[in-house]
Amino acid sequence: MKVTKEDIANVAVLSRLSVSEAEADKYMGQMDKILTYMDNLSQLDTESVKPTTYALPMQNVFREDVVRESLDREAALANAPLREDGYFKVPKVLEG
Amino acid sequence: MRLYEKPAHVLHDMLAQKEITAAELTRDVLARLDETEGQVQAYLTVTRESALAQAEAVDKKIASGEEISFLEGIPGAIKDNICTKGTKTTCASKILEHFVPPYDATVMEKLRAQQPVILGKVNMDEFAMGGSTENSAYHPTHNPWALERVPGGSSGGSAAAVAAGSAIWALGSDTGGSIRQPASFCGVVGLKPTYGRVSRYGLVAYASSLDQIGPLARDVTDAAHLLNIIAGHDEMDSTSSTAPVPDYAQALTEDVKGLKIGLPKEYFTEGMDGDVEKTVRAAISKYKDMGAEILEISLPHTAYAISTYYLIAPAEAATNLERYDGVSYGERVDGEDLVQMMTNTRTQLFGEEVRRRIMIGNYALSAGYYDAYYLKALKVRTLVQQDYTEAFKQVDVIMAPTAPTPAFRLGEMMADPLQLYLQDVCTVPLNLAGLPGLSVPCGYSSKGLPIGLQIIGKALDEATILRAAYAYEQTQSFHNDMARIGGND
Repeated sequence: MKVTKEDIANVAVLSRLSVSEAEADKYMGQMDKILTYMDNLSQLDTESVKPTTYALPMQNVFREDVVRESLDREAALANAPLREDGYFKVPKVLEG
Repeated sequence: MRLYEKPAHVLHDMLAQKEITAAELTRDVLARLDETEGQVQAYLTVTRESALAQAEAVDKKIASGEEISFLEGIPGAIKDNICTKGTKTTCASKILEHFVPPYDATVMEKLRAQQPVILGKVNMDEFAMGGSTENSAYHPTHNPWALERVPGGSSGGSAAAVAAGSAIWALGSDTGGSIRQPASFCGVVGLKPTYGRVSRYGLVAYASSLDQIGPLARDVTDAAHLLNIIAGHDEMDSTSSTAPVPDYAQALTEDVKGLKIGLPKEYFTEGMDGDVEKTVRAAISKYKDMGAEILEISLPHTAYAISTYYLIAPAEAATNLERYDGVSYGERVDGEDLVQMMTNTRTQLFGEEVRRRIMIGNYALSAGYYDAYYLKALKVRTLVQQDYTEAFKQVDVIMAPTAPTPAFRLGEMMADPLQLYLQDVCTVPLNLAGLPGLSVPCGYSSKGLPIGLQIIGKALDEATILRAAYAYEQTQSFHNDMARIGGND
């Protein structure tokens, strides 16, 4: 197996997902099959090939830094799961 | 013949000539929606009241003698990953079940300036991840041509609505084939523009270097007009192209004499359905009759495109979907601390395929595997792109099937994700290269399922692929066929 149980556990933490025992086996099998297929890429010599992140030529876009109207606070908070006094509310992060 | 059966350009003329009213048209399409929706289930949200109000406003304008724009008063549907101010945008995910965007996507602003009638938001694979619309967290959509089959995906709701007559036109998005493949499965025209041709601002991000919004339509003329409306630079999307936008509708002529058409041998290989090959080759032979030149070409890295795509897209998705953390918008599942809350939210509210792609993406990006998978895929992406660059030195357009098979059965591909990924063999390579492609109906399988011809163009040369598709369309009448579901005759 290319993908181990430990890999699944590590990736789950990175992904902020919890994976049950039964799911871990299923994911391991599926990811193993997918990644094994993807090993066909190793047939290619890419030593001198440059990576492409965007297909078309891109350059940084500059604009004047001007003050413009932005989203109203009420509108920005309207979809919040929990809010209080104009803030997003989350479970306590710091103790004490 | 009912009004819902006609393409937008015909309806536009009828509205302008005052033969019909926008309210009559909208009521007819809504009636069709009511007749078909129980079986097809293309929609997630129907905005019936605002649709009728929009139609009435257009009728007032026509009555007062004002001229109307192409799309004015013509009812259409929007894929549910395009932000619509004041109307729920769920991405077919539980995590955005009640999300109402406080702003419009740029394409919506451009559309609304034309005053079309917006019928609602249509179904898709959750976060556009899938090729069958079965990954919707709400319900699958059924292919109007064969209800036990999928409409394709991820823009399956868009394609099914246009095919069923419950919309005249629709917008979709295409990251690895998500406009073209459902267009092929449902017998409609679907156009994926060049990366950057259409602003992605307000399109919920899946894989940002691949995503592109485009139209699904009854025929090529409608697709060209829709592209006219949505194309162009947008300062809100720094990857959008500043190249001038030609008039795509003006470019539609029947002249393909001397057009050089490349047939990539790698797209006509193992796993292709016999009916698909026969039908697509018959369509291509029409071009020969019209004076085009057919050349066999090779795109040698095609076999590596699936691997490349299914590393890059999940890697980008894993990053893009980090934002769904239960804090600022979307749903939340409580937990005893912040990390537990985020973990519970994501675990319980993302569907299985979305979780799988996030896991694969983070695996490919993680220490120890980054070079072997992610970086390798970026390098092979260069090779895939170079194949096209070489090919386009010899040919003007490339033609191939859109999908290796006609629509498959619901449930048929669900057990094995890899098998479903392999279905994308004809569509993903051009997303990797950023090129435009369209699917135009070219006939039926022996079971009566629609088949699409894919036409791929040079970067920013949508005009040529639209012209090629238009010329073919004039030789037959597949685009006039409506799916024969209940209430059709």
